[in-house]
Amino acid sequence: MTAVFHDEVVAARSPWTRVVGAGETLRIEDLEGNQAVDFLCYNAADLDERYSAAETIVGQGNIFLTTGTVLRSDEGNPLMTVTADTCGRHDTIGGACSCESNTVRYGHHTRHQHACVENFLLALAPFGRGKRDLVGNVNWFMNVPVLADGTLGIVDGISAPGKYLDLRAEMDVLVAISNCPQINNPCNGFNPTPIRVTVTGPS
Amino acid sequence: MTSGSQVKLPSTADPLGAQAHARAQAGTVAATQPTIPASAARDLPSGVAPQSVLWDETIGAGGYAVRRLPRGARLRITDLEGDACAGLVVHHARRPEERLNVADTVKLQWNAYLGPGKLLLSDQGRVLLSIVSDTAGCHDTLCGTSTAARNRARYGAGDNFGPAPNGRDRFLLALAKHGLGRRDLPQNVNFFKGVRVEDDGALRFVGDGSAAGAFVELRAELDVLVSVVNVPHVLDPRPAYTATPLRCTAWAGPPTAPDDPIRMTTPESVRAFENTEDELLAWEGGK
Repeated sequence: MTAVFHDEVVAARSPWTRVVGAGETLRIEDLEGNQAVDFLCYNAADLDERYSAAETIVGQGNIFLTTGTVLRSDEGNPLMTVTADTCGRHDTIGGACSCESNTVRYGHHTRHQHACVENFLLALAPFGRGKRDLVGNVNWFMNVPVLADGTLGIVDGISAPGKYLDLRAEMDVLVAISNCPQINNPCNGFNPTPIRVTVTGPS
Repeated sequence: MTSGSQVKLPSTADPLGAQAHARAQAGTVAATQPTIPASAARDLPSGVAPQSVLWDETIGAGGYAVRRLPRGARLRITDLEGDACAGLVVHHARRPEERLNVADTVKLQWNAYLGPGKLLLSDQGRVLLSIVSDTAGCHDTLCGTSTAARNRARYGAGDNFGPAPNGRDRFLLALAKHGLGRRDLPQNVNFFKGVRVEDDGALRFVGDGSAAGAFVELRAELDVLVSVVNVPHVLDPRPAYTATPLRCTAWAGPPTAPDDPIRMTTPESVRAFENTEDELLAWEGGK
């Protein structure tokens, strides 16, 4: 029997966090299409152990995340595994938007726009965690190709309404999400929208 | 460290003998060590006065070093024999919660690869280090460094006190000496061993992108804390734990001018430097 432990629509531009137990599956659904979901996870029993983009891509020899990808920690331990993915590929080299990085990318006028780092800080604060705990994250549904000369950029997405991915927790993990509020690049189709998060597991 | 000399050392049976024994070791020169005083450094880059040298240290396989450098300082990291892998992280020395952000470094510069003119950016949209010259040409922003588990699997050992120290724990020792810990360690970059991304996203290791004597020269754009490790790249396929010595030499230099060519390279570089200069106002009131 599969039980549904949690089912929530996360509003556009919002943070979300929850401990997902070992063996449970977190589904993230892109309800309206092309909505980047910035994502970090931590060992719930030792929050100093955290997601590592480098360990994850070195572990699979590829920068793109999809079904079969194991999200690894800075210790090299499996945190979560992608068990289903109807989008096709996701990013983990582009990081999260921040008020500060937006000024470099788009101009100083963007300083006061909401950003993913703000959401991550809000998400982690109840756990007594903050800036030092932020590292390079996953960007579900975000498309960042790298050309032969190294040129890269966030380009139009390949997601669509109803696309989803499933993440099975390999240990108890604290998941922090920023439903990306970015309006200056195509990661959200210039229009941030809601996502749905569902946690299921053996009853 | 044994000197291997044939000199008969004093007996250590009593404190004065032990003192004489200890003092008799002075003057030994190890293959990997700092030059103290730094002004005694030899074989300096042309035009660098010995009295301007801030730091000179050779780091062997598995070694590490950590150093504060003032704004304007130049840091040359030299691949002495051509087979080093220099992992580097950098923190804002005055508020180390601000640190290298590799994702922002590649995203804000619209490119995954490092080279001359590229910037190492912090998580606050500021420039920590600029790459003012690079004679190697192939580096890595994607793969981080080794862990204890990885080195145990690869080399049969991974602990810092064993024969195959891992990069992550080397960085943690470096940071610990400045009161920093696990939460303060960001993903590093690697110089002299490179990685390229294929069309399908696959990583391709470039192990021959350097040569004996190749170097990268960095310029500190704020007061920075630089941590350097010399451990094999995680994608290095060789079964043996292989890293030849590298040398870090830093000297005092002028801060970046408003018309500096690296500062003026792109609209993004200009704004990153503007943010850096804005930070200096907060600390130094525009002095």
